[in-house]
Amino acid sequence: MARVAIHGLEVVYEGVEQRIEALGGVDLELGDGEPVAVIGPSGCGKSTLLVALAGLVAPTRGEVEIDERPVTGTRLHTALILQDFGLFPWKTAYHNAALGLEIRGLPSAERARRTAEALERVDLADFAGSYPGELSGGMRQRIAVARVLALDADLLLMDEPLSALDALTRESLQGLLLELWRQRGFTSLLVTHSIEEAVFLGRRVVVLSPRPGTVHAIVDNPGMGEPAYRSSEFFYEKCAELRGVLVAEGAFAERRAGP
Amino acid sequence: MSGGRRVGGYAVAVVILLAGWALLAWLIDSPALPGPFAAFGDFFSALGEGLVEAFAVSAARVFVAIGLALLFAVPLGLMVGRSPRADAVFAPLVFLTYPIPKIVFLPVLLVLLGTGEVSKVVLIAIIVFFQILVTARDAAKSIPEASVLSVRSLGAGAAQVYRNVVVPASLPAVFTALRIAAGTAVAVLFISETVAGTSGLGFYIMDAWGRIDYGDMFAGIIAMGLLGILLYEVIEFAEGRLCRWTRVGGRTVG
Ligand SMILES: Nc1ncnc2c1ncn2[C@@H]1O[C@H](COP(=O)(O)OP(=O)(O)OP(=O)(O)O)[C@@H](O)[C@H]1O
Ligand SMILES: [Mg+2]
Repeated sequence: MARVAIHGLEVVYEGVEQRIEALGGVDLELGDGEPVAVIGPSGCGKSTLLVALAGLVAPTRGEVEIDERPVTGTRLHTALILQDFGLFPWKTAYHNAALGLEIRGLPSAERARRTAEALERVDLADFAGSYPGELSGGMRQRIAVARVLALDADLLLMDEPLSALDALTRESLQGLLLELWRQRGFTSLLVTHSIEEAVFLGRRVVVLSPRPGTVHAIVDNPGMGEPAYRSSEFFYEKCAELRGVLVAEGAFAERRAGP
Repeated sequence: MSGGRRVGGYAVAVVILLAGWALLAWLIDSPALPGPFAAFGDFFSALGEGLVEAFAVSAARVFVAIGLALLFAVPLGLMVGRSPRADAVFAPLVFLTYPIPKIVFLPVLLVLLGTGEVSKVVLIAIIVFFQILVTARDAAKSIPEASVLSVRSLGAGAAQVYRNVVVPASLPAVFTALRIAAGTAVAVLFISETVAGTSGLGFYIMDAWGRIDYGDMFAGIIAMGLLGILLYEVIEFAEGRLCRWTRVGGRTVG
């Protein structure tokens, strides 16, 4: 499906006042169907990594390859889920979910079928005609998930998709994401600030260094993949290990002192 | 708001207005301010004597002018707001010309374009144009970059970014500006019709004033008020249609 290779990825933004080096040489490979979580201090370039993978920002140096092809623009089967703004308040749940297919110019019958299926899959079939303003935060993120399902993506990029949700909704959506990954087997890269979420949804957890981001450490997490993992002892041990890596890196100190 | 509540609200407002008017007319006790009953009596008898035609002429002018202004201001404003390079040139230009009261160009337009339809429509259009332009630019500028990234990640090109994000995100602000501009438009219409020409409600009112026919004058004033209300209602209707999502929420059943 989708194999990702990132070599020496550097991204420098030409800001209004100054150049900002967001990524300072990231090396990372994602196997086909591998779920990887990314965690790191605020502002270290996590979102930048995702938009570079989505083909929306060109590398200043280095390269990003998906299935051995360099990423030069958006790719048909890559999907990006953002924390906010991914959904449009002026579109109904149906049209938000169908947007990817609409932009890709799919025939409307096919589009309707796939969108209805996707909404059904995230239990929102009854809300197809509702606007996001009429739905709860969890329902909104489920629409975002439905959009990805409708696209039939093989690479899923998620930028803190659940961080605005309350703890209960969050856990249930983590469960949904895990289940979908198990069913569909897409390659996924999940950016999160939550240690538990990273351990629940990442077969490997990549820890980035403070800006300019580089790969500071990779924590292997082979036990991931079962819904019951969350309540196992290994899960807590893994969380503790990851927390240790973050503390050693100074990620927590950084966040307290940072802006 | 439900249709029934809306109509009810209007009815109460009309009663309050008429009562206030009647009271004021009674206190002032001058032929220049007839009471509501007398005024509406004159209004209905004036309908058959040229008031309808004057209303139609004025309405056509103001609607055409606003339509023209929107046609140019919205695309231009959105484009300038989205393009930092265009904005660098355009913003200083707009901010220098925006505060100039455009009505002072009325005499110039009368000389250049004559005293007919064109000069009036152009003047109103220019004034509305600037108000919409500035709003559309600001609205487009304040669209979060993440919104744009989100559609671009789906493969959207420039045209699709406009269609799916820039236009709908800016529409509510444009409608708000349009409502304010509509009030200005009617005022400018009145002034331009009183200064030049022999048609429209402005002329009708000032002509009646000249003939010291206060009944006719008030019939014209009522018609002008109705024109303003018509304009607002059309805008309200269009907004309800085009910005349906802004009307959701806060509604409960029962
Ligand atoms: N479009 C941009 N133009 C200029 N600078 C940018 C842009 N986007 C991000 N940056 C800068 O690049 C750096 C990395 O930003 P990025 O959003 O990738 O960090 P992040 O790790 O996702 O942060 P957070 O955890 O707060 O979401 C920051 O210093 C940010 O200010
Ligand atoms: Mg981020």
